[in-house]
Amino acid sequence: MTALAIQSDSLGYGAQRVLEPVSLDIRTGEHLILLGKSGCGKSTLLNHIYTENRNECALIPQGLGLVESLSVFHNVYMGCLSRHTVFHNIRNLVWPTPARVAEILPLLERLGLSDKCFSAVADLSGGQQQRVAVARALYQQSSVLLADEPVSALDGPEADRVMSLLGQNFITAVITLHDVDRALRYGQRIIAIQDGKLVLDERAERLTVSTLNEFY
Amino acid sequence: MSSTKILSLPRYRWPGGVRTSLWFLLIALICLPFADLEISSLDPWSEMGRLLQGVISPQLMDSGLIFEALLATLAFAFAGVALAVVCGFLLALAFHHTFIRAICALTRSIHELFWALIFLQFFGLHPLTGLLAIAVPYSGIFARMYAEILGQVPKHPEYALPAGSGFFSAILYTRLPQAWPHLVSYTSYRLECGIRSSAILGFVGLPTLGYYLESSFSQGYYPEVAGLMILFYLLIATKKVWLRRWTLPLFLLGAPFFMGTGLPIIWGNVGRFFSEDIVPAPLRSGEANWQSLADWAGTIVIDQALPGVWNTLLLSQIALVVTGLFALLFFPLINRYCFGVAGRFPGHVFLVIARSTPEYLLAYILLQLLGPSMLPAVIALAIHNGALIGYLTGRNSNEIQLRPDAPERQLDRYFYELLPRSYPAFLSFMLYRWEVIMRETAILGILGIHTIGFFVDSAIQEIRFDVALLLILVAAMMNILVDLLARRIQRHI
Repeated sequence: MTALAIQSDSLGYGAQRVLEPVSLDIRTGEHLILLGKSGCGKSTLLNHIYTENRNECALIPQGLGLVESLSVFHNVYMGCLSRHTVFHNIRNLVWPTPARVAEILPLLERLGLSDKCFSAVADLSGGQQQRVAVARALYQQSSVLLADEPVSALDGPEADRVMSLLGQNFITAVITLHDVDRALRYGQRIIAIQDGKLVLDERAERLTVSTLNEFY
Repeated sequence: MSSTKILSLPRYRWPGGVRTSLWFLLIALICLPFADLEISSLDPWSEMGRLLQGVISPQLMDSGLIFEALLATLAFAFAGVALAVVCGFLLALAFHHTFIRAICALTRSIHELFWALIFLQFFGLHPLTGLLAIAVPYSGIFARMYAEILGQVPKHPEYALPAGSGFFSAILYTRLPQAWPHLVSYTSYRLECGIRSSAILGFVGLPTLGYYLESSFSQGYYPEVAGLMILFYLLIATKKVWLRRWTLPLFLLGAPFFMGTGLPIIWGNVGRFFSEDIVPAPLRSGEANWQSLADWAGTIVIDQALPGVWNTLLLSQIALVVTGLFALLFFPLINRYCFGVAGRFPGHVFLVIARSTPEYLLAYILLQLLGPSMLPAVIALAIHNGALIGYLTGRNSNEIQLRPDAPERQLDRYFYELLPRSYPAFLSFMLYRWEVIMRETAILGILGIHTIGFFVDSAIQEIRFDVALLLILVAAMMNILVDLLARRIQRHI
């Protein structure tokens, strides 16, 4: 079954063309990894997928999009703003409601952030901030994840923990990575992008690290 | 990890900025019952109706007269600000000396209208009075801001200069070029303030717009008032058109010729002012002693300074909080995530008008409508300052980059993205404005509200300049203290 069907004309900013026309079917249950050098167009493709399919997708954008002056709790809660009334949202901003804290704490615990629940995001390290963005996406409970380099600021074991957490919690996922080894471990399907073109689209089990390294 | 750990979580605490704001709110609420906020005029609505009628049918009085008033307003503003730029820059270079810092703090903590009242006593209605009333406090303001701006530029270029490059050359080649855009934009903003100050100086008799505004208003010629105001807004709104790099020298050179001739200075008055008028009364009589001086000062402090300070504090704390609320309401009006280009236009017009109207003028108008109480003063201060801070916060909030999955509902977006992201900047604008609001509150006393300006004005009318000067110094001390406190709070948030 197809989860997302992507059809696009060439994409870019203004006159600059970043990505050639793309046609792509992403099946339900598939975890797809986009590989490529920085500037190759993978973020452009990811953002295009997001704008076309806003309602089904949870997004972890490259800049994280956190509100630094708010607490970790509030940033994670933002994943579910649309599910509550505006009144509840304002109330929860002024003083966190116990029910929401009880929902969000276990999530933070799994990401090793439970002691930071009420700290301002501005006071966290880069790696901790990235995990807050991950928590926000998890809390959203969408079926599809779109993540742009979600573990770039995390060290090895930490990155693996977060990747498997994302893998377990989303049925379908499109994730950009630059680490070939990790792409093979967590992806079922790998797409490589070079100079704005999709140059490879293959099941992960048929690929090796050395074949993929050619694209860097 | 057990679930008991979850239960023993630290309680949520409001962020520092929110706690600070709540303290201010609490203080304002405590002030409320002590403040006189009555509407004491018998029929404010019919007067308001007549004013609105004037606004929809504005009229211009004798066009020659108006043209002269406009030119005089600009002339005082340009000459005063230009003089202040030169003095302020030189003072900024020596700003690390405590003495210079203190002098600047004192000159800028005294409102330009107070300066005008002082200079009026010895220069009389001479152009020098208006010129110095603007130049003296603005020098202090420029000195501090220029010093701050020059202190913020990267230090490496200066560090890399060869030894013996000299103090002035080093500044000219490294700090000045780097700071230039900031200096220019700040000076240009201050010029706009200077035009407002200059217009207001008309209220004490100088030939600027305020003079004609007051005379039209007091006679109830509202269409003329509206005409003058519209002209004033147009002048400020079109500043970008008539103020260019090449017109600037014209304005500066022309300024001295359009300030009017006024009345000749009587130099005897100048001497008498310093040798007699401002000398405390007990010292003037032959048998001066410490006891009589202490009695004199004690009486003034208890009868005038304390009630003046108390009312100034009440009014300014309430006005500060209302200003903040207005600013938070106003800033989404010009935010690009809240309204489209066309939708933001009315917001921009409203904010330009509200922030170009000097609070003194607004308070003057509202006092006529609502009668003498603190209410019109609070509204006037909150509208003017709320619009200014709303504009600054709004402009700041337009630089926010929302992520693609930002909340879609307007209120969610306001409370979870725009408000928290803009709040730190908003708070620092407010803290910076606190001292300005207090200075303005003091001056509004001239209009009859019993803040410290009321007692200064009464003392001057009773020709007791020694008392007036003492009270002005008390007001200055208050402003300096608030300024210090605001900066302390800013550092601790």
